[in-house]
Amino acid sequence: MADEVSLLDFWPSMFGMRVRVTLAEKGIKYEYKEEDLRHKSDLLLKMNPVHKKIPVLIHNGKSVCESLVIVQYIDEVWKDKSPLLPSDPYQRAQARFWADFIDKKIYEPGRKLWATKGEEQGAAKKEFLDIFKILEGELGDKPYFGGETFGFVDVSLITFYCWFYVYETFGKFSFEAECPKILPWAKRCIQKESVAKTLPDQKKVYEFVLEMKKMFGLD
Amino acid sequence: MGEELKLHGAWISPFVYRVIWALKLKGVPYEYIEEDLSNKSPLLLKYNPVHKKVPALVHAGKPICESMIIVEYIEETWPQYPLLPIDPYERAMARFWVKFAEEKGDAVWALFRTSGEEQEKAMKGTLEMLKTIEEHSPDAKKFFGGDKIGIVDIAFGAIGYWLGVVEELLGVALFEAHAFPRLHAWLKNFTEAPKIKENLPGRDELVVFVRSWRAERLLASQN
Repeated sequence: MADEVSLLDFWPSMFGMRVRVTLAEKGIKYEYKEEDLRHKSDLLLKMNPVHKKIPVLIHNGKSVCESLVIVQYIDEVWKDKSPLLPSDPYQRAQARFWADFIDKKIYEPGRKLWATKGEEQGAAKKEFLDIFKILEGELGDKPYFGGETFGFVDVSLITFYCWFYVYETFGKFSFEAECPKILPWAKRCIQKESVAKTLPDQKKVYEFVLEMKKMFGLD
Repeated sequence: MGEELKLHGAWISPFVYRVIWALKLKGVPYEYIEEDLSNKSPLLLKYNPVHKKVPALVHAGKPICESMIIVEYIEETWPQYPLLPIDPYERAMARFWVKFAEEKGDAVWALFRTSGEEQEKAMKGTLEMLKTIEEHSPDAKKFFGGDKIGIVDIAFGAIGYWLGVVEELLGVALFEAHAFPRLHAWLKNFTEAPKIKENLPGRDELVVFVRSWRAERLLASQN
């Protein structure tokens, strides 16, 4: 029986990208459907009635929501290719811990870097950089967060990489100066086809943010 | 498996109880270490340097943190009394609801910490959360996990029981039986289940503790 897989997504979403990278890693064919978040489709509202958000994976008619839940689902169903979670329970707990940390901590201060000014932006910048310094510490000298191979934590974090130009420009800092280990790690991940083909260009994301700021009067 | 298992916790913490329930349901022996949250032990800070919180489960010297991540670890290490289904889709649904509990449960925890406008907002958030879960509640006599308690019951159970505490504390009725009949019946079922009933902190004791904790905080914020 051929699997029918489709993904409801929004091209600049770092959460949606996690699913796209995972599908690419596993070599899964799927139909991509771009959502206009200001005019959500009936399908999206039906498939994610609780949150009405992307990404939503639809596998043989059944929907899975929440990016990291989707990634784990894909990892469990298509388990024979490129496993993302380690097999050891303790290592899995560590991977889940760091993915959860990334999931909870980065988005909001990151958003404030481009959406706010003055004191609020300053506080967000400090928080944002503190978080990345903690992540740098966790990465250490390993090639990937997962150790020798690209894994669950790497997928969770790398999708923020295409937003780095936005963060650096509005936050007025450089990752190279503040968190020197992060860029070499990101460049290593970008060498993987699944990542390179998924992540949009940093400048394209920046232009998207400029448009959003204009639209919401955040200039 | 005779490796050392220790749980660093605090009797007032709903997050700690999630871990206790998982261990008790599976019949896994462990040593419990009560932490004074106003004076955290160097050991706790060593085991949870990122968040500095309880619970921290330490298995053969290796720490695992964040309540629901600990519960998944327990599930994968001790397979008896499974808390997650076998089917990947059913597992994804369970994880979806666990994430929902983690995100939306924040409104309930905020009720403990806040007052005035912030607390009003938290009450609204709590009601919205309850409304959503009510729609997806299990049938009478059943659990979210089906015939047996599962990971979603554990996630919501902590929220449900502690919500009762804050309602009593604030003298409000948010989780009313007539508004949330299925959820109400589920919580009663859950808190009366043998392994859970024996492992719940006293409601009166919790109310007394939280009352004095809030008074202390108010005083501290005024000085």
